[in-house]
Amino acid sequence: MEISLTVNGEPVSAAVSPRTHLADFLREELGLTGTHVGCEQGVCGACTVRLDGAIVRGCLVLAVQAEGAEVWTVEGLSDSGEIADLQAAFEARNALQCGYCTPGMLIAADDLLRRESAPSREDIREHLSGNYCRCTGYQAIVDAVETAAKARRGTSA
Amino acid sequence: MSDDTQPGLSALDRPNSYIGRSVPRPNLARLLQGRGQYVSDFVLPRMGHVAFVRSPYAHARIVAIDAAEAKRAPGVIAVVTGAELAEVCTPWVGVLSHLKGLKSAPQHAVAVDRACWQGEAIAAVVARTRAAAEDAAELVQVDYEELEPVTDMATALDAGTPVIHPELGDNLAFERRLDAGEVDRAFAEADAVVEASFGFGRHTGVTLEPRAIVADWNPGEGRLTVYQGTQAPHMMQNIIAKHLGLAEPQVRVVCKDVGGSFGIKVHVYADEMAAAALSKLLRRPVKYVADRVESFVTDIHARDHVVQGRIAVMRDGRIGAFEIDDLTGIGPYSMYPRTSAIEANQVVNLVGGPYTCRNYRARARVVFQNKNVMCQYRAVGHPIACSVTEGLVDLAAQAIGMDPVEIRRRNLVRDDAYPTDSASGLKFEALSHHASLDKLVAMMGYDALRAEQVRLREQGVHRGIGFASFIEVTNPSAAFYGVGGARISSQDGATVRLDATGAVVCQSSVTEQGQGAESVIAQVVATSFGVPIERVRVVTGDTDVTPYGGGTWASRAAGIGGEAALQAGKALRENVLSVAGAILQATPKSLDIREGAVVDADTGRERMGLDEIARIAYFRPDTLPAGVQPEFVATRHYVPKKFPFAFTNGIQASYLEVDTDTGFVRLLRHWVVEDCGTVINPQLVDEQIRGGVVQGLGPALFEHCLYDERGQLLNGSMADYLVPMAAEMPDIAVGHVVSPTLESELGAKGAGEAGTAGAAAAVMNAVNDALSPFGTRITDIPITPERVLKALGRV
Repeated sequence: MEISLTVNGEPVSAAVSPRTHLADFLREELGLTGTHVGCEQGVCGACTVRLDGAIVRGCLVLAVQAEGAEVWTVEGLSDSGEIADLQAAFEARNALQCGYCTPGMLIAADDLLRRESAPSREDIREHLSGNYCRCTGYQAIVDAVETAAKARRGTSA
Repeated sequence: MSDDTQPGLSALDRPNSYIGRSVPRPNLARLLQGRGQYVSDFVLPRMGHVAFVRSPYAHARIVAIDAAEAKRAPGVIAVVTGAELAEVCTPWVGVLSHLKGLKSAPQHAVAVDRACWQGEAIAAVVARTRAAAEDAAELVQVDYEELEPVTDMATALDAGTPVIHPELGDNLAFERRLDAGEVDRAFAEADAVVEASFGFGRHTGVTLEPRAIVADWNPGEGRLTVYQGTQAPHMMQNIIAKHLGLAEPQVRVVCKDVGGSFGIKVHVYADEMAAAALSKLLRRPVKYVADRVESFVTDIHARDHVVQGRIAVMRDGRIGAFEIDDLTGIGPYSMYPRTSAIEANQVVNLVGGPYTCRNYRARARVVFQNKNVMCQYRAVGHPIACSVTEGLVDLAAQAIGMDPVEIRRRNLVRDDAYPTDSASGLKFEALSHHASLDKLVAMMGYDALRAEQVRLREQGVHRGIGFASFIEVTNPSAAFYGVGGARISSQDGATVRLDATGAVVCQSSVTEQGQGAESVIAQVVATSFGVPIERVRVVTGDTDVTPYGGGTWASRAAGIGGEAALQAGKALRENVLSVAGAILQATPKSLDIREGAVVDADTGRERMGLDEIARIAYFRPDTLPAGVQPEFVATRHYVPKKFPFAFTNGIQASYLEVDTDTGFVRLLRHWVVEDCGTVINPQLVDEQIRGGVVQGLGPALFEHCLYDERGQLLNGSMADYLVPMAAEMPDIAVGHVVSPTLESELGAKGAGEAGTAGAAAAVMNAVNDALSPFGTRITDIPITPERVLKALGRV
């Protein structure tokens, strides 16, 4: 099936099979391998991307469902600088080890900070509870998101 | 040689030392921008994708395979059976000669004649896409004759139980007995004897990136390049060459970014060997990435032990004896090449390890069963030994009415008693159990917590405090594998090179799995050579490029690889200063390299930049005095020799709440004090500890590979197999005591596994502390709500 959508601000048209999910489409058709695949059952959160402003599991959305949509992946959000503050906070706090969960984690954390300017640690843990990280034990991630939230409040105040 | 022995200046606190500093890891920006290079991301021209037909039965004879329809399916390149693949890849047997009596049967890359666990590969389908390979795999018709599976390890050795490998005679893979001191006498004279049965559920690593390999046989070069998420590239090079009939130099193993390892990716997997063999057979690149279901049924499982434990104690708190009987099931084969007997062997070695008690008897039996293979995973054996030891110590304390901190104070090996050894013969260079205990008690505010616990108990809130002292094997010498005949290197090497602009490249044989090995190596080289850390680039994970070495496992990368890097940096400094001396007409001893410049050692006055000396050496060597040949590359290797292992130690504490109505356990706080010797990067050490703790908390409360009696895995998905998520995990406070190993100049021991070693023990003891008013206890993990309610008699 032919689909047309916008990915990281670029218009994209492609022929995809109806069963191809969005994460595979991004990785295999567009070479956007920053979107990772961990479970393909919507549980681990590694394939989290932004679709029309909301975060979705790339493995639970079919590529054909993204027809006409605006999709942002970690590559686009990095190049635009939109999540640079979160990335800097993650780096300073070593809030990633193997890095495989990180793109999904960043996009999920950014989603929280866009809606909630002063989340508590419990809020952060709750919001990220659909994103599995086997390496860090989460505390460093919570710290980094907390730091980025504070900084965003500081710059917007 | 520049002098590191001047007052106040050891090799570790040179003027521009990075030892003990939390510098950020150099590779983080790449990973944060989604620009990592995981094997899952690799694409090569003409690459085929393999999917496997896997046995639905735990034990079955393969009567016939009909691949005709699959071969005709769209996009299919080949369908290959076990017998066909055996022409290209020889089978292996996972034994080591120093584990006396260990036996196993030959295992093939793809099963030939018989499947021995649910999920074992029966045939391989290679196609142009993974989806096409999976489609075609469903068209392969396999006739099975189901055989009686052996699933219960408790009856695996019974006379009436079928023998999985008849040629081995029985289902006993390995047995070890140990009897030290006067155990019977100690039990006879004890004021109290307490016993318990401890159960440890099978669990697994659940690396977020599944196992992945791209094998690329190039017949034109006669070389196989293997891109693999592995912890041990040189080990894999040897094994792939050996079983594919290649010379070792014909195989190159490249390991770039790896999405989590934890011991899962240090073993030889049949399906990965099959991918390599298929590449050779089909003369084109073949990619295999396990999907999550495959991960659950083929990634090694861990633990699955039942341990009967007994402790003798005197009224004054003195522990008289430990006795354990461990039974563990390892699946149908001992894993290759590290074997599946190491964990039980470690349990025997480690029980009672922190304590002075010299009377210790142990038996461990390792049995075959028709379940997925089991092998070494983070903190091998330690969580079992620690939970049994610490569980028994708490039971002993309870029996004599003593506080759990007090009984540990009275029995932990004194901090001034080193060097010493354990009842099982482990050698300890320098540990700090008492300093660690004191620090932990202060960090957690123990007395206030106890008071809070009492107060809340009156309100019907049941909180518990649990402790776990531990020892941890790190920096293993050849005693682990080399002496048993495995070609798994215990030494590591580092090559440090000064390039033409004065920057430094270090090639190291340890690998980066996300723990920060490359950062640690850069810190060490920057320190010992004398440059700002930004000038050091570290290269790992390529058998064509790095020195030969062991890789990353058993908490060895910083301690062993770090020391090799330190010595290589020093050697390069010596080489550079000899040339600088010739240029500056000074004795090399009077010079040093600091912050990227050659300086006077006494005053620190800059004499020339490294860029300048590199320029002269590489572009104007004609201006150098006759006989001066710059050698701006230095390689050093290191292996510990005085002690078989650099033991670390520490103690953990858990504070939690048990909901006696629902059975849920809520983790409130967790504390760790550990001693890994010299701390090279405090942030990385703390994060290793925290990540390790959470990998111990998972199995304590959630993680369990559940099998039915037919050997079917019941929860092989991330929806059904529970892993720790952010909302359930507590904040973890980490403290340190520093007792460097004197074997190396760096003094670093490993930190990667200590967190996992003691976390479950602390939780189990805390749960039992919370449940103590109910006169019940739980000694099986995971401690599920169901188990809690059963213990309380509510279900």
